Amino acid sequence: MSTPVIAVDGLQFSYPDGTKALGGIDLHIHAGERVAVLGPNGAGKTTMALHLNGIHRSGTGSIAVSGLPLDDDTLGEIRRRIGLVFQDPDDQLFMPTVREDVAFGPANLGLRGDELEDRVATALEAVGMSALAGRAPHHLSGGERRRIAIATVLAMEPDLLVLDEPTSNLDPGSRRELIELLGTLDITQLVITHDMHFALEVCTRALVMNGGLVVADGPIQDILGDEALLRTNRLEPPYGYSGSA
Amino acid sequence: MGAGHAHALYVHEHSPVHRLPPHVKIVSAVAFVVAVAVTPREALWAFGIDAIALLTVRGVARIPMRFVLARLAVILPFVAFAFVLPFVGEGEKTDVLGISVSEEGLWAMWNILAKATLGAATSILLAATTEVPRLLKGFERLRVPRLLTAIASFMLRYLEVITGELRRMRVAMAARGYSPRWIWQAKPIATSAGALFIRSYERGERIHAAMLARGFTGVMPDLYADTATRRQWLTATALPLLGATLAILGWVLR
Repeated sequence: MSTPVIAVDGLQFSYPDGTKALGGIDLHIHAGERVAVLGPNGAGKTTMALHLNGIHRSGTGSIAVSGLPLDDDTLGEIRRRIGLVFQDPDDQLFMPTVREDVAFGPANLGLRGDELEDRVATALEAVGMSALAGRAPHHLSGGERRRIAIATVLAMEPDLLVLDEPTSNLDPGSRRELIELLGTLDITQLVITHDMHFALEVCTRALVMNGGLVVADGPIQDILGDEALLRTNRLEPPYGYSGSA
Repeated sequence: MGAGHAHALYVHEHSPVHRLPPHVKIVSAVAFVVAVAVTPREALWAFGIDAIALLTVRGVARIPMRFVLARLAVILPFVAFAFVLPFVGEGEKTDVLGISVSEEGLWAMWNILAKATLGAATSILLAATTEVPRLLKGFERLRVPRLLTAIASFMLRYLEVITGELRRMRVAMAARGYSPRWIWQAKPIATSAGALFIRSYERGERIHAAMLARGFTGVMPDLYADTATRRQWLTATALPLLGATLAILGWVLR
């Protein structure tokens, strides 16, 4: 098989107070896959996401992105390859204008001038937000902020897009636009969500996490069709969904 | 969403003054204020011409007079004590409207009033024609350490987010019947201030994580620096040059 976009092996993590957050995660995602991460609150989903680009570092286990192992020397490149979109766009959009925010990542990579300008324009165009380049983030709607948050990581041309609860606080219209937008992006995606309908529409594969472990991994139809599995993990199938049949 | 708040000092227009690069405007405004400050107080005509020059800038920038006057009120508390000077001043007395006042005190009062008004009006015009993020860029261009401009810029960005949180906490308290009247009912306010601090601190941590995720290495990248043409410098320095000339003339003709 080809080199996975992300290869996580035996990842463990405990908080400083001793609470175990991740109890040995193995995860391989290949190019073009769209993977949903499902699980109850406190399952370790966000903690795992923060490990993928080395925001959290743990002593045990290994992470490699497109074959490049995560260590002190590769941290910068790993962070370019993993585009992490945070749950609250207010955490992600911290620059005075949309344009500067989208430019922040590529500028940290050393891009300047026309090259930087191109990256920003392309990323904003990809999410359909070119018209808002000069605006201040706090004057935008929830849906617009979410799209721009995605643009800020697309501008780094990542290998893997990681979205943490992308539909939270979105009205149904913005949520629909987000589903369509993610469908147009030609990039491997890992989506952490509680929104089962959204997962079903966007993803082809699903992981169920609970207690810091991956307890199930398979085609999304099989996972969402296994009501017993979902119930044991404080999840439920999308309303009216009866499985792959 | 607090748009009005963000634009309390800024007037959206497309005037030549608005278009000048921010660092040029900052230099011009500061130099003009210095020139006004060193002009001798007896040179009444010089302050008159300074005022006319500022009014001209205001006209070109299309800032409503009412806007400037309303914001000038900010100097009132600072100049209030100036009105006392004619009555407590030493030296020769003179009659104004039948009241005997100190001539020296009168001059001191005039000096403070004239310079404070011109200085405040200058900064009001600067703020009215330059959005705060651009002002910060201007300061950065003038080699104010990027750490300071970054702190100011983050403060600006998150002020509304944090006041929004505070508002929601107050609504939540009011919804559960809390309407404080007496000082001994203040405890929930203190605890909510503490909670707000913790929340803001945690948000700061999340923002830092978001910055790291996009390759932040400890230095804010230098983005979209404004450049000024010679012509823009010449235009903008007209005001402080006039102010300086008047100040010099004031001293020479004294």
